[in-house]
Parts: sequence; structure tokens; C-alpha cells
Amino acid sequence: MIINHPILGPRDAQEFTYLGDASLIERPDPQAENADETFHDYVYLRDNPAGEHQELWYHEQGDRSWLVVTRNTLTHEITDVQLARDAARARGRSK
Amino acid sequence: MAELKALTALGGYEPRVDEFAGLIIREVTDRALASLAARLGSEADCAAAAKGLLGAVLPEPATWVAGGDFTAWWMGPDQWMIDADYASHTLLAAELKSVVGGAGSVTEQTDGWCRFDLEGSSCFDVLERLCQLDLRSGTAGDAQRTALEHVGCFLLCREPGRHYSLLGPRSSAGSLHHALMTAAGSVL
Repeated sequence: MIINHPILGPRDAQEFTYLGDASLIERPDPQAENADETFHDYVYLRDNPAGEHQELWYHEQGDRSWLVVTRNTLTHEITDVQLARDAARARGRSK
Repeated sequence: MAELKALTALGGYEPRVDEFAGLIIREVTDRALASLAARLGSEADCAAAAKGLLGAVLPEPATWVAGGDFTAWWMGPDQWMIDADYASHTLLAAELKSVVGGAGSVTEQTDGWCRFDLEGSSCFDVLERLCQLDLRSGTAGDAQRTALEHVGCFLLCREPGRHYSLLGPRSSAGSLHHALMTAAGSVL
């Protein structure tokens, strides 16, 4: 499997490690009233789609950047790759 | 005062040199290293300060540049490694920090890495057995991080097919050297 790194171009998937669902970017507010509930959902509940899935990959044997990869879980086709920091900022996370 | 003598990454008193027909593998020990990471929002200030020291613009992704006494290569988004002669820039990290100030974070890296320089006409044949980079389409000035013998390394291309610098974690120097020797032995 080849991941088309947004900065470095196509790189072999062996260079990457997989973390999981990109919804991990949406960490809830720990100070909120219902934090125990939202953190339960954040930690334990995942969608398991047969089809398009956004997931976090880490370019460990490369530039050490985190990526948000959109991959079809049925075909392994990768349709989009973004730097996770750009994806997080687009979602209003980080600074 | 006791007479202390530094050991190289491979444990010798002198840098190791291994010669094959068409390839020389040299252990390089006389380089100082420091990493530079631009702080969020200060990227332009950091780049300008580094340019003042290096005399060259910080390199683009997957490349290295040389400027004056220094060599710099891209490590990741807004991160670079700076390299200089150890004898004349022993305190490279402090030197770099005094230049970039609050615009960048500097980390001393000198003793974290070992370096092997490969020179000779067989570089492609040896390196393509060890890592996945497409070196044959590479050009001088490429600086890539990749896995070599399961170890994360930097590979700097100085002259395509003839001269490369390989930097890996110092604690894996023996494994990297063994991998290089094995690959070179099987090719040459």
C-alpha cells in the first residue's frame, strides 16, 4: 500500500504506523459538566464503517508527521491524505 | 586530571574505515549536530535568524543545503538539523539558540547520532538492498529519512550514486555498520 504523503509524495505504508479513527482529534473538553460521559464515548465508542474511513497515520520512519488518511476499508483505496495539524486546525482544534 | 580519550560510536579510538572494491565506508565522528524547530507563529523570524547564521535559506522538504561552516537538512514540518565541524563549533546548540532566541527551539543532538559516509561507484547497489528510497532518481541535495535495517536514519545524497552520508541513532551504530558491511559484502 502506498500513502501519498502531502509533503514527501508517495511513500510505502511500511514507513507508517496506524493509530485509528481520526475522530481522536475531537478530544472533548475535560472541564465540561458532562466530561465523564463525553470521555467515555471518546475513548470507547468507534464507528466501524465498511467503506470510507478517516484515520490517523504516523510517518514514523519518515518526517514524523501525523496524517489524516481517508481510506476505503473495503478496497484499501486511499482517496485523500492531509497533514493532521491542518485537518485539526480546519476543525477548529489547536491554535 | 585523568587522560580521557573519546570512543567512536563503534567503540574504537579512531573512526573505522572499511574498503571494498568500489565502495569505502567511513565512520564520521567530527561533526556537531543540533536540531531546530520553529515555534508556532514565529516561523518567519526563525527562518530569518537561521539564514543569518547559515548564510543560506533553511532547506525545503527532503533536501539539505550547505552554507559557510554549516550544513542543514529538513527533518519534518518546521524542523531542521544543523551540522557543523565539532572542533570549531563544539557548542553548536548554544550558538544556534543565541541566534534564533525565542523564535525556535534548539536541541543538542551531537552524541545522539552516528554517521557513516559511503563513497564509491557501488552506492546504488548497496543502498538499494537496505532501504526503500528511489535513489536512482535522486539528485545531489536530497535528504530523506527512512528505515534502514529497521532503524530510522537520515540519508543525505552528496553525489548521486557515488557519495552519501547516513546518520542513524548512535546506540544502533553497531547494527547499522553490520547492515552496511553485509550488504556491501553481498554486492562486492
